[in-house]
Amino acid sequence: MAEVSVRKVVKEYDGGVQAVKGIDLDIADHEFVVLVGPSGCGKSTTLRMIAGLEEITAGEIWIDGDVVNDVPPRDRDIAMVFQNYALYPHMSVFDNMAFGLKLRKFPKDEIKRRVDEAARILDIIPLLDRKPRALSGGQRQRVAMGRAIVRNPKVFLFDEPLSNLDAKLRVQMRTEIKKVHQTVRTTTVYVTHDQIEAMTLADRVVVMNHGVIEQVGTPNDLYHHPTTRFVAGFIGSPAMNFLPCRVQDGANGGLTVRVTDTITVPIPAARADRYGAFKGREMVLGIRPEHLFEYHDQGKPGWNRVDLLVDVVEPMGMETMVHFFVDGAPVCARVDPATHAAPGEMLPLTVDLNQMHLMEADTGKVV
Amino acid sequence: MRKFAQRRSTTGFLLCLPLILLVAGFVIYPAFYAIYLSMLNKKMTAFVGLSNFQFLLKRHTFQMVIFQSCLYAITAVILKVLIGFTLANLMNNIPGKKQRIWRGLLLVPWVIPLALSTLTWWWMFDPSYSAFNWVLNQFGFANVPWLGVGWIARFCTITVNVWGGTPFFMIMYLAALKSVPEQLYEASSIDGANAIQRLFFVTLPMMRNIISITILFSLIVTFAEFDIVRILTAGGPQDMTHVFATYAFQVGIQSGDIPLGAADSLFMFPILAFAAFFVLRGVTKRTKEIAT
Repeated sequence: MAEVSVRKVVKEYDGGVQAVKGIDLDIADHEFVVLVGPSGCGKSTTLRMIAGLEEITAGEIWIDGDVVNDVPPRDRDIAMVFQNYALYPHMSVFDNMAFGLKLRKFPKDEIKRRVDEAARILDIIPLLDRKPRALSGGQRQRVAMGRAIVRNPKVFLFDEPLSNLDAKLRVQMRTEIKKVHQTVRTTTVYVTHDQIEAMTLADRVVVMNHGVIEQVGTPNDLYHHPTTRFVAGFIGSPAMNFLPCRVQDGANGGLTVRVTDTITVPIPAARADRYGAFKGREMVLGIRPEHLFEYHDQGKPGWNRVDLLVDVVEPMGMETMVHFFVDGAPVCARVDPATHAAPGEMLPLTVDLNQMHLMEADTGKVV
Repeated sequence: MRKFAQRRSTTGFLLCLPLILLVAGFVIYPAFYAIYLSMLNKKMTAFVGLSNFQFLLKRHTFQMVIFQSCLYAITAVILKVLIGFTLANLMNNIPGKKQRIWRGLLLVPWVIPLALSTLTWWWMFDPSYSAFNWVLNQFGFANVPWLGVGWIARFCTITVNVWGGTPFFMIMYLAALKSVPEQLYEASSIDGANAIQRLFFVTLPMMRNIISITILFSLIVTFAEFDIVRILTAGGPQDMTHVFATYAFQVGIQSGDIPLGAADSLFMFPILAFAAFFVLRGVTKRTKEIAT
């Protein structure tokens, strides 16, 4: 097990396209770090550079205190789980898992012991004699994980390992991966474009966009304290609502946020100092769907009533999503499933401004 | 009857019928006719059973033909596989545009009609004026009678066959190499494999089917080879370079003993059928193994 450091790492392809633009990241021993971001953000390239499958244009990668820029993948003591499993189709499950150990000339009984142990952890003992073609997607993914576990490497690398599975299996395998990490505690770098996977698995999440790191933090940090509009919009499902607004003076020396001619709501006093400097400027109000819910008489400080015209109602069982348009901007609210909301009718809602985020319209920076 | 005519299988059969008739007319009929001919006497007036086969097996020349056919086909196929595989791997590492140019150039021997290219080789092997001997002379060596001495002539016929047939292997193996998923190589490098181990544990197992099929196909074609031997040596010197087809031509057409020629050509069948059975059985088994 080891620490991993990525220092000012750049990846530039032929033609000058920069996939990764000088990122810095320190991953602690035993830590489970998830790189998340949209397609083309550089997360997989970063992982492949850590694995040694991509050359680094500039910067340094450290594993366990050594610079590994020029170390081939086989000497980095890492194990990787690929999106398409990358199992050797001509080998049995046992041979797939034992392959790395055989190449490293481990004694036969040690190989058997390790494979059996990994198979026990992953519950694939009955599959050891089968060929990969005789396995389901989930079973193949387990074998791929088993191949990584038996090596007992310094670092596990996962490249979108659940993308090829159906939704139900994905949730199941997510739990398995977390369980495996709790058991073996190997430092893990995991790449996904699925923010739910990132939130549920990670000790820390690294949000990437356009080849740079937007924010690094615990899942809760990212959710409650995003530093950019991109992170605020990327983390959370349904995504945060964004409404162009302006901060202005309100009653009793307080501040209000004016969204439209008809929607102007007071900013909680606790935030007034922070937002005072942005008075009169074009800003964006960010509010998560769960902070926009059906109006009740008993309000709390910071709760304000807004009435919106319902566009679409999406009942989901344990909750209902209601969609609106505010000055052309789409808005989603998470309401009680017993709601009487109907398309074309006005729905009184509470907006909890204690949970609001205010961003600069031009830079997207959360203030 | 109407139901029978409306069945999908009936339509399928009818659509295939022209091809079945063609195959029957040009393959099955001649094959059975050859078997019939091989059991007649030289004048083709009496049925003689298997005596033509017995007669051939007792002749020293024919024993040499069997040996030379096997030597010719097996050596040529092995060399074509090795050179084709090496070239395909080299080619696979050449980036895009340059690879297309090299691929085009290396395919030239395969696309030139073999009879024409063999004539060129024949000139190059000429004992007095040949290019090869000229080169040898420049280095102070004496002329080599390329096509005049048994073993050298055998070597020459095999060389020309390898030259003409290697591009086919190269292009097949190049296509197969491109179809090996890149992630298998990446996974094996992370597992600790070096380049040689990747070749033996990933590339070769993934290409075993295409290698088997190309070997089988090439064995069939090389066993039945006619042009190269006929043009270069006509079976000489002293019948040492004859293969089944050229010997059948000599006995059947030039010497006028068609039944004996037919018997000679039929000797190829059991050898190839035996090889085809085992190769195709292996291919089917592996296809089932690696199909996803």
